[in-house]
Amino acid sequence: MTLAFAAGNVLVWTVWILAAFACLGSAIAVISFTNPFFSALALIGNLGALAVLYLLLSAEFVAAAQVLVYAGAVMVMFLFVIAYLGGRADAPWAGGPTWQQVGAIGAAAALLVEIVVAVGLKAGGRLSHQHHVYRSFGSPHAIGRLFLTDHLLAFEITSIVLLVAAIGGVILGSHSRKLVGEKPL
Amino acid sequence: MIAILGPEVSWYLAVAAFLFATGALGVLLRRSPLIVLLSLEIMLNGANLALIAFARHHGNGSGQIFALGVMAVAASEVVVGLGLIVAISRRNLDLDVDKLRTLRG
Repeated sequence: MTLAFAAGNVLVWTVWILAAFACLGSAIAVISFTNPFFSALALIGNLGALAVLYLLLSAEFVAAAQVLVYAGAVMVMFLFVIAYLGGRADAPWAGGPTWQQVGAIGAAAALLVEIVVAVGLKAGGRLSHQHHVYRSFGSPHAIGRLFLTDHLLAFEITSIVLLVAAIGGVILGSHSRKLVGEKPL
Repeated sequence: MIAILGPEVSWYLAVAAFLFATGALGVLLRRSPLIVLLSLEIMLNGANLALIAFARHHGNGSGQIFALGVMAVAASEVVVGLGLIVAISRRNLDLDVDKLRTLRG
């Protein structure tokens, strides 16, 4: 093992630890803040840290799409809606723990244990030796080739899903004359 | 060929599992639908991280394609969810998922 390889290994570990802890910390911050605006800002930090992890897994195109689509477009939409609605959300940790909160924490912990046990039992011994990949793995060229050859149907269905969502957003957002004055839902 | 640097896939999977559980906790714990949507995004991102980690592990790009599909579905879900939240608040209803119990149109 050469010195350059060892130095690169230490560097990757350092970046991984920083990104992973930023990821986990900002995820906990998202569900802890009372103000939804701060939660959305913490989620932007979470998405940025995840993009770093994607880069370490040599998924360059997905990391770029993550920053552009998620942290760029989706979160701006979130911030617009939060600015439009204003107000404060519920305080999750205020007062004593209710039975609902205890149940939620128990269910989430059970889910975590279940995932770890399931993945550990199914793939525990086989996760240590990774395949080597070519330098073009995860590049826009490789992703585009996969999208237009092996996964063409998924690509087309994705466009239909986005179109339906856009139509649904327009219908939900449009003012309907019938509903003015009445208060169903 | 790229040599393997840094942590093994199992470390990434641990982060992904923790992210998914944190998102699930947010969905169960919070009552504001905005924060529930944000927690859903965390869950989807945990699944995405696992997909990309397995794609790197097997040296197969299909996992990354699947992650991009998940991102498109997440964007659609945010559009519909935020549309619903704005429609709810326009009728002067409380933004509280415990109080929105009746599914009457």
